[in-house]
Amino acid sequence: MTRTFLLVALLAATSLSACSRGDESLDQTGANPKLPALNETLVPPMKIAKPQGWNGELPTVPAGFTVTAVATDLKIPRQILVLPNGDVLVAEGSGGHAPKLRPKDVIAGYIKSLGKSSVKGGDRITLLRDANGDGKPELRTTFIKDLDAPYGLALVNGSLYVANQGALLRFPYSDGETSIGTPGEEVTKLPAVVNHHWTKSLAASPDGSKLYVGIGSNSNIGERGMSVEEDRAVIWEIDAATGANRIFVSGIRNPTALAFEPTSNQLWAVVNERDELGAELVPDYLTSVREGSFYGWPYSYWGKHIDPRVHPQKPELVKTAIAPDYALGSHVAPLGLSFATGAGFPGYAQGAFVGEHGSWNRQSLAGYKVSFIPFAGGRPSGKPKDFVTGFIKDGRARGRPVGVTYDSARGALWIADDLSNTVWRVTGPRAVAMGSPVGALAGQQ
Amino acid sequence: MASQPSTSRRSVHPLHGLLLAFPVALFTTALLSDITYLKSAEIQWSNFSAWAITGALVFGAPVVLWAALGLFRHRRDTARTRALVYFLLILVMWIAGLINAFKHSKDAWSSVGTAGLTLSIVSTLAALVAGWIAYDSGRNAA
Repeated sequence: MTRTFLLVALLAATSLSACSRGDESLDQTGANPKLPALNETLVPPMKIAKPQGWNGELPTVPAGFTVTAVATDLKIPRQILVLPNGDVLVAEGSGGHAPKLRPKDVIAGYIKSLGKSSVKGGDRITLLRDANGDGKPELRTTFIKDLDAPYGLALVNGSLYVANQGALLRFPYSDGETSIGTPGEEVTKLPAVVNHHWTKSLAASPDGSKLYVGIGSNSNIGERGMSVEEDRAVIWEIDAATGANRIFVSGIRNPTALAFEPTSNQLWAVVNERDELGAELVPDYLTSVREGSFYGWPYSYWGKHIDPRVHPQKPELVKTAIAPDYALGSHVAPLGLSFATGAGFPGYAQGAFVGEHGSWNRQSLAGYKVSFIPFAGGRPSGKPKDFVTGFIKDGRARGRPVGVTYDSARGALWIADDLSNTVWRVTGPRAVAMGSPVGALAGQQ
Repeated sequence: MASQPSTSRRSVHPLHGLLLAFPVALFTTALLSDITYLKSAEIQWSNFSAWAITGALVFGAPVVLWAALGLFRHRRDTARTRALVYFLLILVMWIAGLINAFKHSKDAWSSVGTAGLTLSIVSTLAALVAGWIAYDSGRNAA
């Protein structure tokens, strides 16, 4: 078998270098991205940026900003929650138990693993306490252990909600706690069959009565059969009191992060779209999440563009598909979303920070950065700006951003990096002026 | 019981014959499961095909080499022609199978289609005819 894999890999490499790359430079951001024709190739382009350590270097931040590695040697950090007292919770884990059904699953799985950390997921939440804001936590403890691929985190009305890959849990939290030993109360089970896309993103409505959980599809495009797609590619609305749940929106392939826009209290999501239709299809997106919407998956993309790989098609359903609000670019893999609140950063006052994990399905690497999408009046109002870059150096990946969390009280953006297993903190020039404990002047430009 | 090998046709080496049996059976399996997939859209049939084709390629690879060596082992024209035809059939079978393995790695309905079915037919026919040639040791002597 090994021999066949080598042969397949060799042929894949040959045919890749032979095929036209195009310029991969279409502008695919904003409300109306250009969508080229479908380009299904015999072998999907796979380009993995091999990992390489930071070696003491740092990601690149805008002039006047400071970035600090607050915690390293974590076990696959994904999402971050900042508690009211400034303690930082980091969900660590790796989920999914999708069986390998075809030779392709074995080969592609191996190739993708080359771009990931080899550390085993922690299945825990780590607490970091850095009361003096010097970027060196005085306390680092396991806040909750024995979880099952925790991802989404939310704190509302004194309850901490943790979205495991198969259940939504609730833990009582009181200010200053550094560990929780009691087992969580199960609010509701979450769809967990296969868990091809296992991450369960989470946001709580501002009043705490409803919880929203993003549940990704169980395949790229239905190739595991549609029977495993029940309750997948949806966002659930869950009643916090009873655990009763219902499908809030559907056809939303992999909603990996949810957040409420602060001026409108509208729920937004970042979503990973389908692969293997070409380097410039399909753009991943940021969209407001409006009850009852159908976003097309698997039958269509970006509204009513038919995906021919799905059979039988459902033309009646496709007629109801709506286009998302804002394209982030093809294959950038957004996994983190957080809105600037309060005064925000200078130059980045109002808008959304998006953690882009980075591409595998195109020749020129896309993503691998934290972007900022400016907002005005509760809607995107311009082109994305790079906020944190430098995750790629000389074609190698030093880190891959996942969750991002804006912390208005301390004027900081927290970034989980699941390749270098680091939590980064970016502070702005205004941090001291805001009277926050963060940002000793010595550390700033 | 024991058949007498004819002087003009020698059966292949037993190991060669065993290896060849895999692509003969597995490409045929893949063709049948491709047809079933196209009729049912039940993805498990496409997955069956993908594994069958992969297995056929793994066991077929040494057969390609063995058939190539056979090109140099015959002095008489009829035997050489037969070896050449056999080699070309095995080569076509294997290359069509390789392309088809990639085709079957596409997702969902794109994993078979007209191209996949055509390639399965080519591989299957080539394997069956190659098998006929390889296993035909001169039935008149039996």
